[in-house]
Amino acid sequence: MGAPLIGARIQRKEDYRFLTGAGQYTDDVTLPHQTYAAFVRTPHAHAKLKSVNTAKAKAAPGVLAVYTGEDIAAAKLGGLPCGWLITDVNGQPMKEPPYPVLALGKVRHVGERVAVVVAETQDQARDAAELVQVDYEVLPAVADGRLARAKGAPQLHEAAPDNTCFVWAIGDKAAVDAAFAKAAHVTKLDFVNNRLIPNAIEPRAANGSYSRADDSYTLYVASQNPHVERLLMTAFVMGLPEHKVRVVAGDVGGGFGSKIYLYAEDVVVTWASKQLARPVKWTAERSESYVSDAHGRDHHTIAELAMDQDGKFLAMRVKTTANVGAYLSTFASCVPTILYATLLAGQYTTPLIHCEVTAVFTNTVPVDAYRGAGRPEATYVVERLVETAAREMKLDPAEIRRKNFIRTFPYQTPVALLYDIGDYDATMDAAQKLADVAGYPARKKASEAKGKLRGMGYAAYIEACGIAPSAVAGSLGARAGLFEAGEVRVHPTGSVTVFTGSHSHGQGHETTFAQVVADRLGMAVENVDIVHGDTSKVLFGMGTYGSRSIAVGGTAIVKALDKIIAKGKKIAAHLLEAAEGDIEYASGVFKVAGTDKQKTFGEVAFAAYVPHNYPHDKLEPGLNENAFYDPSNFTFPAGTYICEVEVDPETGVVKVERWSAVDDFGKIINPMIVEGQVHGGLTQGIGQALTEGAKYDSHGQLLTGSFMDYCIPRADDVPSYQVDTRETPCTHNPLGVKGCGEAGAIGAPAALINAITDALGVKDIPMPATPQTVWRTLNQKKAA
Amino acid sequence: MAVKVSMKVNGKPVSAELEARTLLVTFIRENLHLTGTHVGCDTAQCGACTVHMNGKAVKSCSMLAMQAEGADLLTIEGLAKADGTLHPMQAAFKEHHGLQCGFCTPGMVMNAVDFATRHPGASEQEVRESLEGNLCRCTGYHNIVKSIVAGSKTMAAK
Repeated sequence: MGAPLIGARIQRKEDYRFLTGAGQYTDDVTLPHQTYAAFVRTPHAHAKLKSVNTAKAKAAPGVLAVYTGEDIAAAKLGGLPCGWLITDVNGQPMKEPPYPVLALGKVRHVGERVAVVVAETQDQARDAAELVQVDYEVLPAVADGRLARAKGAPQLHEAAPDNTCFVWAIGDKAAVDAAFAKAAHVTKLDFVNNRLIPNAIEPRAANGSYSRADDSYTLYVASQNPHVERLLMTAFVMGLPEHKVRVVAGDVGGGFGSKIYLYAEDVVVTWASKQLARPVKWTAERSESYVSDAHGRDHHTIAELAMDQDGKFLAMRVKTTANVGAYLSTFASCVPTILYATLLAGQYTTPLIHCEVTAVFTNTVPVDAYRGAGRPEATYVVERLVETAAREMKLDPAEIRRKNFIRTFPYQTPVALLYDIGDYDATMDAAQKLADVAGYPARKKASEAKGKLRGMGYAAYIEACGIAPSAVAGSLGARAGLFEAGEVRVHPTGSVTVFTGSHSHGQGHETTFAQVVADRLGMAVENVDIVHGDTSKVLFGMGTYGSRSIAVGGTAIVKALDKIIAKGKKIAAHLLEAAEGDIEYASGVFKVAGTDKQKTFGEVAFAAYVPHNYPHDKLEPGLNENAFYDPSNFTFPAGTYICEVEVDPETGVVKVERWSAVDDFGKIINPMIVEGQVHGGLTQGIGQALTEGAKYDSHGQLLTGSFMDYCIPRADDVPSYQVDTRETPCTHNPLGVKGCGEAGAIGAPAALINAITDALGVKDIPMPATPQTVWRTLNQKKAA
Repeated sequence: MAVKVSMKVNGKPVSAELEARTLLVTFIRENLHLTGTHVGCDTAQCGACTVHMNGKAVKSCSMLAMQAEGADLLTIEGLAKADGTLHPMQAAFKEHHGLQCGFCTPGMVMNAVDFATRHPGASEQEVRESLEGNLCRCTGYHNIVKSIVAGSKTMAAK
């Protein structure tokens, strides 16, 4: 049936609706008799709530209700749960202070919710929110994670002395220390991995409604994983049975991690819809997003790499303070631990690694997974150390990497992971070629002739994706399974609807997954539709994050397809009066091997639904199968990025001149979509290194609270990219796929900072390397 | 204070009684139910709300509905032909994978159509600069730039 669909650049099925304004995002949903919610948020980072007076707001035009933390407490709603339990170095569980839906007694970060006003119109709700009178007793605040455990630091939670959530470690410390004592050379860096604000362009939104007729709720919400949202909300917060709650996450305008979590606003609108017996809708203003969407990163790290005299890595020692913000967000605890320290081997044979992570509470917005989640932080540690080591030891940056590449697989790292496959020389070779490394000296000379500084930087990253084997995740503290579910519904005339527990918020599942299905069944992509994002349609799902959709969600669909084909063979065998073992299936046709006797897929589907001539003694009618897939290992995408920058020493402006990226994502279903994911990831990584950084002052005020002060990259901040791939198929899933969503954001910051430090001739520079920071760094160097 | 506004949107006359403070984008989304025009920020930075007013791209979040009194508006819903055929710029975005989540897309396309009309044959760098007021978080702009360059060419050829 025509050209192969796996590997084809098929235009996206979802594009027409987005291009014509027919997308249905949460804020586009308007329900009959809908009301509007506006939240009252604290302007103080740390304060006691002496009183919350709602009388004036309640009397304002159009106001239907005003609720405070006391109303939520009286209704016996639980706090927001954390989905991952970390056990500390002493075998004790992490500290989990209560995370109330609306503040009770105290507020702990600017933007925390104190009250909610529900009114007939959005303007009325917002106007009345300004009339809620809150008497705050302002307390001293701490925003910088490095200061959270200092003597006399303001204390956030009674349940977490010294603002400490946990101290966790991995690796053999004594063996690592011994290796450092014998090392010929040690490279050491001390840096901050800057705090980022995700900024999906669609602000979060939620529209909750309640039906008295059947005592059930429906929540439309901008979410990356509607089933998990429902599970957390019903079981842990509202005490409702799941079958009485439907969660719909239709079109979602970007996530990048920030829409994984259960947020208080989602709970409030759902709960309030029953109190008022009317739908309650809330849509974040961008200013609210800045102080209420979970932030990302915010590590302070001291990292050391020990080498022998030839540059062979002997050991790595890493100490990180992770600022988790004021409360534990849904997956906050696994990001700076399980998703971080386990990646510190990178692409290298470093035999000994020890990492200690101290997670601290501060008066800042909670921090959770943001594109890459732990793995960009790990890659930044490894690749900044490696490049710095190369410079210190006068080795070529590619050569030091090649000296230490892992080349035999499977490979057991000293930090728990078992890499199944990879070819790091292949991606390095291809990246060097693509980057025209040979031509670099001439380009550097040309820059210098213009009075500019030029630098080149590498990053050879690895990531663990397709999270995960549930049993492994469970043993590491996950409080959820991490499988995926899929259902294939074949219609009587042979077209197919597939339901997936994965969720697309830009990734193009409706196309990629349809390619997988159409390829497997030997039919046209047009005959396959993919449905996701509605708990009333999809049987179950763990959602999309950690680049897991195709590796886990795609595989679940493949398993269901295998069942469809197996049943189809039985039906075909009956229709063709042949033995089941003699039936072959290819290109949409069931055939008796070695004969011209055949039935098309459509004929078999029809027979299943109009079972006049059918093996009723052996088979049920219908052609509809589902499957759950729990992977046996992570997948390990890896690659090499090389970037070149030109720096204007007069202004400190960094221009990214060239960017070459070669990734190994295993088998690729749709290269056009994969390239788009890489472009987007790279741009977010460049944003982290060059333009983005959340800044708090010492009072816990967020100084970067809008697009005016927090700079996500504009089109003229980034280059056109040169991207390519190499392919070592994943060994443990049938598609051979690894995932591609986060790679760019994981590898880019280290490559870019390596290039900038090379251009400036300095050991380190903080992110983001804004013109001011670059200019200062250059002048400090001159002064020194 | 209520005011009466009348204008033409996507070729059709519309009018309504509105609170004077109603933003144009609110009128378009809430009153006309044309939800293809999006709101992504509150500081006129992201451009998701871009529509055409009298043929020029404007940010509909940054003006009052009453300021569009008597104007001729075009939103993303009115860009394709009546039979559903995509405008060349829309088609170029589809062909070059110039969109992912689709949220910034209507604003991107509306801005691009205006830009291509006024600057036929613009270079890639000029296209990048033309996007100063339109933010995308998914695509890294690479394919948006390709789409606009290609869409401009098709528009110029017609």
